[in-house]
Amino acid sequence: MLNKKVYLDNNLFSDKAKQAALRDGYGEGLFEAGKKDPNVVALCADLKDSTRSNFFAKAFPNRFFEIGIAEQNMVAVAAGLAVSGKIPFVASYATFSPGRAWEQIRTTVAYNDANVKIAGHHAGISVGPDGATHQAIEDIATMRAIPNMTVIAPCDANEAKKATLAAAKFVGPMYLRFARENTPIMTTARTPFKPGKAEIFYSSSRPQVAIIACGPLVHKALVAAKELEKEKIKTIVVNSHTIKPLDSKTILEVVEKTGAVVSVEEHQVIGGLGSAVAELLAKEKPTPMEFVGMQDVFGESGEPEELLDKYKMSVEDIKEAVRKVKKRK
Amino acid sequence: MEVLVEAGSGHSAGPLGMADIFSAFYFHILSHDPKNPEWEDRDRLVLSNGHICPIQYVSLANAGYFDKEELFTLRKIDSRLQGHPHRGSLPGIETTSGPLGSGLSQAIGIAVAAKLNQKRYRVYCLASDGEHNEGNWWEAVMLAAKMRINNLTVVVDRNNIQIDGYTEDVMPLESLRDKYEAFNWQVLEIDGHKIEAIVDAVNEAKATLEAPTVVIAHTIPGKGVSFMEGQYGWHGKPPKPEEAEEALKELRSLEGKIRGEHA
Repeated sequence: MLNKKVYLDNNLFSDKAKQAALRDGYGEGLFEAGKKDPNVVALCADLKDSTRSNFFAKAFPNRFFEIGIAEQNMVAVAAGLAVSGKIPFVASYATFSPGRAWEQIRTTVAYNDANVKIAGHHAGISVGPDGATHQAIEDIATMRAIPNMTVIAPCDANEAKKATLAAAKFVGPMYLRFARENTPIMTTARTPFKPGKAEIFYSSSRPQVAIIACGPLVHKALVAAKELEKEKIKTIVVNSHTIKPLDSKTILEVVEKTGAVVSVEEHQVIGGLGSAVAELLAKEKPTPMEFVGMQDVFGESGEPEELLDKYKMSVEDIKEAVRKVKKRK
Repeated sequence: MEVLVEAGSGHSAGPLGMADIFSAFYFHILSHDPKNPEWEDRDRLVLSNGHICPIQYVSLANAGYFDKEELFTLRKIDSRLQGHPHRGSLPGIETTSGPLGSGLSQAIGIAVAAKLNQKRYRVYCLASDGEHNEGNWWEAVMLAAKMRINNLTVVVDRNNIQIDGYTEDVMPLESLRDKYEAFNWQVLEIDGHKIEAIVDAVNEAKATLEAPTVVIAHTIPGKGVSFMEGQYGWHGKPPKPEEAEEALKELRSLEGKIRGEHA
């Protein structure tokens, strides 16, 4: 059942569940962060509206910089602003930034230890009809591999807003991952959010499998957990929004209880959340594990739900992974 | 030369060719305080082509940022003098550089922050000609012109060499002046070995409010050492001990300007 301690939205399983896009959470969070702290500045590479940087740009035109279609420049300019005391948020589609700007992020942001927040939008294959060129499915891996970098993938629009506000207060390089489409709202204003702290969203007595998820697929993980109850399969669902640093304490606790893990992410199974969990478990507590995510292939054009079905990130796929890993215990 | 021999690797030609420009900046142009390297109002010198850092390290040590003895730790384990400069490791280093073409972007960020913070410091970006091959550089050139960033001056070390050969063979840059002018920059060209020319150009840049200024400084790579001057083979390697001795002999007797054991 849903963990009452994290105050999730009671309607999240119903057809009436509210929907909103993570990028809207970014836009609201950025605007509020800008109101609170005059040092917050925002940069964009010709994608002001679709990254929802427009609210900030309108409210604080002197602190918004339109860089044009030049992500490498945008990131390095932000690094210069950050070493001079500003708190820059740079926004583009994740395939372009961090995608194209990886070396600038490595050298001028991370190695400089510059306080830059990189907002990667339209992440995952659920961006849909634009096709594989615009579907960032490697960004967690490429950001996670860089020292000094914190990596966060919020699960819904509310959490996206909280993460953006937290990023403005957090000192140090951070990557934030957002999706384009409307996805179910799971969290409420009272749901805790702290970078580096995973939250248990669903738990059962005598759980057999831990589902560790991030991003909007946390909702599918919850639906899968609920449906599996009918098969008498008990699970725990963890929202591991912070992929780096991973909340090893929470993860080891749930793995201690379950002895089997399924990771769920809208990202390649190489280098993402599942890999981070596997790295931890290989060292601390070797555990059978299944990985739900992109299986080392590119996506294609299609509707978000069609793509998630075709590329095996549906509720059914999560359920199947749980059944499979349970047998391997 | 001595430091490069001790390090056993590194770049020779660029640092020698930029020695005059670094001297002009650290001992005349920059408003800075070596004893207070984090002074908020200091002018910022951003070195974009990090590989010529030996000359920056020597300049910083001579200016009093750290002890000159430390220069001999260049490129060695546990040293603050990294093979390419790292912000945070050594006082006086404003940005990390090495990968080429990103220094101007960072300098723009620092210059914009000055305006936002109502600071009057100036930002100087020293860059190589070879790094104009990088797309990132031209992205930044466009942005600086768009934003009319007038508290920023770029000095390009136009020494005509890069690792694989002469710049005009590897990737032609000429006419560099026309390119910058087409991008709406003010362009000044100087002899990069004339201190007064460097100072004059910077003063002219300071007086220009409507556009960023680039100073194309014509320099001789390996300046002062006959067997290095103009030779791209010396771009990325250090001298052997006997070569360094010969180089120092030439440098230290240069028109009697530099006194030393060879003078």
